[in-house]
Amino acid sequence: MTTTLPAYDEVVARYEPVIGLETHVELGTNTKMFCGCPTDFGGEPNTRVCPVCLGLPGSLPVANKAAIEATIRIGLALNCSIADWCRFARKNYFYPDMPKNYQISQYDEPLCVDGYLDVEVNGELVRIGVERVHLEEDTGKTLHVGGATGRIHGATESLVDYNRAGIPLVEIVTKPVPGTGALAPEVARAYVAELRDVIRSLGVSDVRMEEGSLRCDVNTSLNLPGEEWGTRTETKNVNSLRSVERAVRSEILRQASVLDGGGRITQETRHFQEDTGDTRPGRSKETATDYRYFPEPDLVPLAPDAAWVAELKAALPELPRLHRRRLQADWGLSDADMQSVLNAGAVELIEATVAAGATPAAARKWWLGELSRRANEAGIELADVGATPGQVAELQSLVDAGKLNDKLARTVLEGVVGGEGSPTEIMTNRGLEVVSDTGALTAAVDEAIAANPAIADKVRSGKVAAAGALVGAVMKTTRGQADAKTVRDLILERLGA
Amino acid sequence: MAAISREEVAHLARLSRLAVTEEELDTFAGQLDTILQAVAQVGEVAAADIPPTSHSVPLTNVLREDVVVPGLTPAEALSGAPDAEEQRFRVPRILDEDVAS
Ligand SMILES: [Zn+2]
Repeated sequence: MTTTLPAYDEVVARYEPVIGLETHVELGTNTKMFCGCPTDFGGEPNTRVCPVCLGLPGSLPVANKAAIEATIRIGLALNCSIADWCRFARKNYFYPDMPKNYQISQYDEPLCVDGYLDVEVNGELVRIGVERVHLEEDTGKTLHVGGATGRIHGATESLVDYNRAGIPLVEIVTKPVPGTGALAPEVARAYVAELRDVIRSLGVSDVRMEEGSLRCDVNTSLNLPGEEWGTRTETKNVNSLRSVERAVRSEILRQASVLDGGGRITQETRHFQEDTGDTRPGRSKETATDYRYFPEPDLVPLAPDAAWVAELKAALPELPRLHRRRLQADWGLSDADMQSVLNAGAVELIEATVAAGATPAAARKWWLGELSRRANEAGIELADVGATPGQVAELQSLVDAGKLNDKLARTVLEGVVGGEGSPTEIMTNRGLEVVSDTGALTAAVDEAIAANPAIADKVRSGKVAAAGALVGAVMKTTRGQADAKTVRDLILERLGA
Repeated sequence: MAAISREEVAHLARLSRLAVTEEELDTFAGQLDTILQAVAQVGEVAAADIPPTSHSVPLTNVLREDVVVPGLTPAEALSGAPDAEEQRFRVPRILDEDVAS
């Protein structure tokens, strides 16, 4: 179906969007939710499995205390009430990614309910209601063979790896968010970004969208002003912050086009297309999903002790939004400068570099300058660029001590990123230290003066600016390993200018 | 009145991917109805002051520490599988529910 999409501004002037988000976060516990299998990423297939997570007869699950604690902390950070008593439930479905034929989840008794998260959009706070935060287990990974993959088995087989099956997964569901108008896509993005930062600050997950440890489904509906909320669609496969924004926007446009044409929105699951930025319908189910939830008989109820919950609440870190505001003040940055730090994903890196001894200005210079440039070129996250905050602070201390000039420091940084070692090691091994031996420098200066008598005369006669050419000559003979200001001072001294 | 209808049994059979004949539907609907009626009698005994329970032992907070315990080798894990390929379980593809939750 090809239809011309209406203009976005025009659509949001006529329709009111309502959004909602469901986010899944894989917890960074050592072990799975209900068994002692390790959770580390990237093992050979079926090497992190046991009778419990394979659903073998006679095996019994036991809940992971660290996962319960992490979920309660997430709930508290999102201003939720923590249930004083709740249960796990079986969600029955027929698909081989769970070997038990059901997923242990929570249904009508989630661990955390009724909270909110304040997010900042264009300098304004938007409060996003949180309906619930519950705990469940992740599924295995299926690989379909044959057919489209060109394999000869035919498209009738799935190969399943259960390493991921049973990893603790926290689901965070917002209340419907009306009233954001044209900003709906940005609000959705800001919410996911803020949620990610909150969870990261708690240290309970690495929340990496590209690795799937944070996954997001986006609900969107449109209604005319004053009318009831429209039928919503659920968009899956939204794997980056940018995609969250694009998915909402494209779904608003698509639904408006359907409604304008006199059509009706079908309640369905759609899939975001990373390449085109639009959504396509998923496979339609003939009947409404019937998961036949019932309380999990193999697990006893959870009753978090009020004193424990109070203790966890008291130990929560500062919220990222407030933390950022404090850093901005400490670092003396304008809103625009802070925004570029945020956009570069450099807040924590700069913070750690400052903690390691660098000034905020120096830390910001390296992370937003040379290192951001390298990360962008390589298409990777700044945090993965290959330099640590400790190394950057060490590099800056060498500059401050006069051992490296700016050019040499860049060369050393190149070595750091290339994994050659610490800045001091690289400086020593590559012989990059600034020539501070005055005897050697004086010799180089005298040589430069002797080789450029005309320029030397000009300087002697008071044209101090001409000294620049002599400085250049000295820098050349010392292969850049001299401090330009020292060289200049020396030249002026020798020429009596 | 029956506690479970023939249609409900057919629906459950479909969800469980069980091929049930028309005759079996009649049989099972009758049998399940008898079972449910027996359970309903227990429900009648439960007074309003007895909370519903999902577990026979009144325990809460049975938790384990987050410590790795050795599991199965891939060979052990796959030993009971009808078929395997590339160290993975090989199963018929479920075509109409491509994307799970
Ligand atoms: Zn296991």
